[in-house]
Amino acid sequence: MNTLKRILGYCWMLIAPVVIFLLVRGAFSNIQSGGTRDINQPIPWIIIISIFTPIALGLFIFGYYCSKGEYDHLPESSDEL
Amino acid sequence: MNETQSSKGIGKVIFSSSLGTLIEWYDFYIFGMLAKTISVQFFPEGNSTTALLSTLAIFAAGFLVRPFGALVFGRLGDMIGRKSTFLLTLVLMGGSTFLIGLVPGYKSIGMAAPLLVLLLRLVQGLALGGEYGGAATYVAEHAPDNRRGYFTSWIQTTATLGLFVALGIIMYVKSSMSEAAFNAEWGGWRYPFWISILLVGVSIYIRLKMKESPMYSQLKEEGKVSVNPLKESFGHKGNFKMVLLALFGAVMGQGVIWYTGQFYAQSFLENTVKLDFIQNREIMLWAIGLATPFFLVFGALSDKVGRKWIMLTGMLLGVLFYRPIFNEFLKETDVKTWMQSDHKFVKEQVDVAMLGKDSVITISSEYQTATQARFTRVVTDTVLAGEPKLDSVVDANRNAVYINKVVDRPTYYKFIFLVWIMIIFVTMVYGPIAAFLVELFPTRIRYTSMSLPYHIGNGVFGGLVPFIATLLSATFTTDPLVGLWYPIGVAALCMVIGAIYLSNKIDPNVND
Repeated sequence: MNTLKRILGYCWMLIAPVVIFLLVRGAFSNIQSGGTRDINQPIPWIIIISIFTPIALGLFIFGYYCSKGEYDHLPESSDEL
Repeated sequence: MNETQSSKGIGKVIFSSSLGTLIEWYDFYIFGMLAKTISVQFFPEGNSTTALLSTLAIFAAGFLVRPFGALVFGRLGDMIGRKSTFLLTLVLMGGSTFLIGLVPGYKSIGMAAPLLVLLLRLVQGLALGGEYGGAATYVAEHAPDNRRGYFTSWIQTTATLGLFVALGIIMYVKSSMSEAAFNAEWGGWRYPFWISILLVGVSIYIRLKMKESPMYSQLKEEGKVSVNPLKESFGHKGNFKMVLLALFGAVMGQGVIWYTGQFYAQSFLENTVKLDFIQNREIMLWAIGLATPFFLVFGALSDKVGRKWIMLTGMLLGVLFYRPIFNEFLKETDVKTWMQSDHKFVKEQVDVAMLGKDSVITISSEYQTATQARFTRVVTDTVLAGEPKLDSVVDANRNAVYINKVVDRPTYYKFIFLVWIMIIFVTMVYGPIAAFLVELFPTRIRYTSMSLPYHIGNGVFGGLVPFIATLLSATFTTDPLVGLWYPIGVAALCMVIGAIYLSNKIDPNVND
């Protein structure tokens, strides 16, 4: 199980930049000056990409920790944190 | 302390905490539910600045300010105490909600109106970010170890009950006056905002009588209160990795299941299915009312079998059943099928609007089926000046849209059942999660550590459901259910992470 946890860590690390790439590509292809929907406005995209970038970074770090075996054993008391 | 006194004491703690949290959710929801009217009053169309402010009010409050509020108030809650902090969030939320109801419209004070409303909406988002973590922590720190899931699940009912109360009050006010009176500048839409001050007043009074959490008090007496909760929560690897695990292995999936069942379902029935406004809300109210007790059921069950598998099962059920359920909504309201059976014409209304020299004609025809289902067929066309073609408009089918659908009684009950099923998924993921989060973090930084993943999971991942759904629908136009792939994908990813990395063990001691 611990091997699986570590291998999957690389998947989570990979997903993080993919998410950001998809969001940026979505922004470029949907922002239109005459559009009326939220996806056509730049502000929601700016807000979403700015909040998702640190989240994606978090997913990358999570994947990194997984790959290094940080989750092989979960702490059972606060002393272990 | 004997068992009876203990139960009575915890009952008071739960009541006073839950009431305030319920009111905060109510305050936050009414803005969203009255968005159309608020938009007309404060953010009129045709003005790019008000459009920008409107977008900020919608997106910034949920996505940016809520997680920020979680950090600000989480830090305060760990430094000065739970009681004072969630009292402050209640005052901020209640005050800003009441004040939104007092802001004159754009017609009266111009640009000051949308600016004030935006500011107050941001304060609402900030306060909401600080409330939940405080209430969940406060109740959990009073609860006996073997019943933590059950007692904190009372807090979990408040988000859904807040929605229930908001829906109920808005429906009641709306049905007691004309559409024009409701939507007027100082009309009925303001009443739900004003009512808030009464609810908040009562809640503040009750919360003032509460004592600080025993675990936090003990920590304070021992001088072990954290001096820098942010640094300890996110700067210390041991704790930060648990924050990440909580977010990606539990709260992210919980957020999308929560949002899809309670909000996307309502929005889908209204905007895609085109169900009648009142019938849609009745269906939601019945489903929510009947499903709410299950928060307690799954909270209590999590004390017996652990939190993990109940939450992950809720996610799995969402992944498997969302598309079949939403497809059933579409299938049952397909007017072409309705029209193949007996149906009769009820009435017709013709509206003409001038567009320069041309005319825009809208013909609304109401029909009723043999089973008492109803719908309105709307045809809109432009008649160019000098080229009258009214007959062709009347007969036109290519632009016909079908709105205000009222389903027959068997379908009505079926829809209540289907929405109820989706809210049951919500109760499975949401009922045990407060206890799960509390047990993951130590007392000295619990408020901060659990608030941030909670509000990123719910505010950001959950709040993005309608935006991503619109994005997917615009990209893949042939599938009306394509928007569901976002919650399904996030829930599936979260479920896999949770299944592999989370522990199902209940922490026997949160006093550390």
